[in-house]
Amino acid sequence: MPYGPHTTGDRERMLATLGIDSVDALFADIPEALRASPLDLPGPEPELELAARLQALAGRNRTDLASFLGAGVYRHWTPANVDQLLLRGEWYTAYTPYQPEISQGTLQSIYEYESLLAELVDLDVVSASHYDGAAATAEAGLMTCRATRRERVLVSKAVHPHYRQTLAAYFGGGLELDEVPLVADGPDAGTTDLAALERLLADADRPVAGVIAAQPNFLGLLEPMTEIGRLAHGSGALFVSVVEPVSLAVLAPPGAYGADIAAGEGQPLGIPPQYGGPFLGILASTDALVRQIPGRLVGMTSDVKGRRAYVMTLRAREQDIRRDKAASNICTNQALLALAASIYLATIGPHGLRDVAAQGAARAARLEAALAAAGARRIHPGPYLNEFAVHVPDARAVHRRLIDRGILAGLVLGDVLPDEPSLADGLLVCATEVTTDADIDRFAAGIAAELVSHDVAATSGSAHHSQVVEAAR
Amino acid sequence: MVPPELRYTKDHEWVRVEGDEATVGITEYAAGQLGDIVFVELPEVGKTLDQFATFGVVESVKAVSDLFAPLSGSIVAANDALAGSPELVNSDPYGEGWMVRITLSAPDEVDELLDAAGYDALIAAG
Repeated sequence: MPYGPHTTGDRERMLATLGIDSVDALFADIPEALRASPLDLPGPEPELELAARLQALAGRNRTDLASFLGAGVYRHWTPANVDQLLLRGEWYTAYTPYQPEISQGTLQSIYEYESLLAELVDLDVVSASHYDGAAATAEAGLMTCRATRRERVLVSKAVHPHYRQTLAAYFGGGLELDEVPLVADGPDAGTTDLAALERLLADADRPVAGVIAAQPNFLGLLEPMTEIGRLAHGSGALFVSVVEPVSLAVLAPPGAYGADIAAGEGQPLGIPPQYGGPFLGILASTDALVRQIPGRLVGMTSDVKGRRAYVMTLRAREQDIRRDKAASNICTNQALLALAASIYLATIGPHGLRDVAAQGAARAARLEAALAAAGARRIHPGPYLNEFAVHVPDARAVHRRLIDRGILAGLVLGDVLPDEPSLADGLLVCATEVTTDADIDRFAAGIAAELVSHDVAATSGSAHHSQVVEAAR
Repeated sequence: MVPPELRYTKDHEWVRVEGDEATVGITEYAAGQLGDIVFVELPEVGKTLDQFATFGVVESVKAVSDLFAPLSGSIVAANDALAGSPELVNSDPYGEGWMVRITLSAPDEVDELLDAAGYDALIAAG
């Protein structure tokens, strides 16, 4: 059965029309050394055997773990209608249409997404959409440079390390990116250092285009966003807030504390934490920056007969028209995922979203108490929402051993922030509304057992180590 | 017939030279070809430009085009009225629709520009 669109006969006719004798001749301009070498793939296999092999590979995934891993991607309960509606055939061409107004349903779905998110972030304009939170954050940084005609951006070190890496990649072409350090100790430990920010902004020779901070920050802590925004604006810079959308049901939205741009990861809105994505980049701005925001914008209008109609608007900023001078050429519309977010938000509604955020915070408070009783205390004293860092001696080894106990103990902070000594023995853990009491108890018991064995091993030497671990079990 | 006292570029900008200053806009023909203009992006005062360098962007409902400086110099004024009323470029391209004023650093460059007859011939040729 042929799966390809062209038969051998089709190909021969096309080659004859072109006056060449093989497809390879079309690639003659590419030097031999740069051409793709043949892929090292095994031969075809019968479907039954292939399915069995793939199932065996999939079986190596650990889906049985009690997970406390967040760090930018969060588990939530997704109402069954989200996936069911996504399966409808009408959405299979949800990708940005290039003759847009003929696809009113698709445009309406994008309009709904933009309207829902605009309400959530309390800003005027939302574009649909971006690859992920990291790409959206990097685009926000570029927007501040275009809008202010300055070439230097400050990013808080408490912004997700992957987002900062992506920013650095986007800024590698000649723009400057400086990091604002964290407060080392005291009541504000782990949040953006405002005094350092003020110093970085004061360099008159290197004016700052934008200041980027996250709420909650990567360590789960709440940042003084109003203050950060005031400092940014005081030196003529724009203020970018990196947000987690569920948190906005209970925290002040970016528009309320003067942010000019909001960026963030839309995955918590009805999208499962799939390995490696796909994700959904949220990007929003004030009306003043509408011409700088990359991505699709859909507006509502009326047609010649006065009926409600949707249009793709301000398209001239975009790559299909403006080519190399487009607002962005690293841009896509994650339309199906934006649709998932819209269905999720419309299904659970504003009160439901508040419940999700509040329950996550309540579960996290219980997690904090259970871990503290087990001997793993928080590293930072400041307020958090549903994610926080705990101190666990020999964190990396404990994390590895807890997997054997069926527990995914969050993220080893030393792996992602190796230059922060205060986080060297830190685990970043989170809870959401799907975190159960049983999971929390299992985690706390596992930590208690590991810490007991660690103490004994530290005082009596390693000879007794395995016996003590056994006893603790 | 285009205004006879102005000079023109092949990219459809017009220039009114007065002493060592020049006022710049786009021609009625260019505005008509672009259609309804919805946005004009202009440079900051003080910016220096080489002749034929990009100094801004004009956006209509159907296209976005770069604006080219007809003459070298530095920007002394930009037409702020266009931020709120970009349609002035369509309704009064040689008057209220002006874009920037430049202090010329090489006034002799004026000789390289088209005169009204030359520009008329250019647009007549399509």
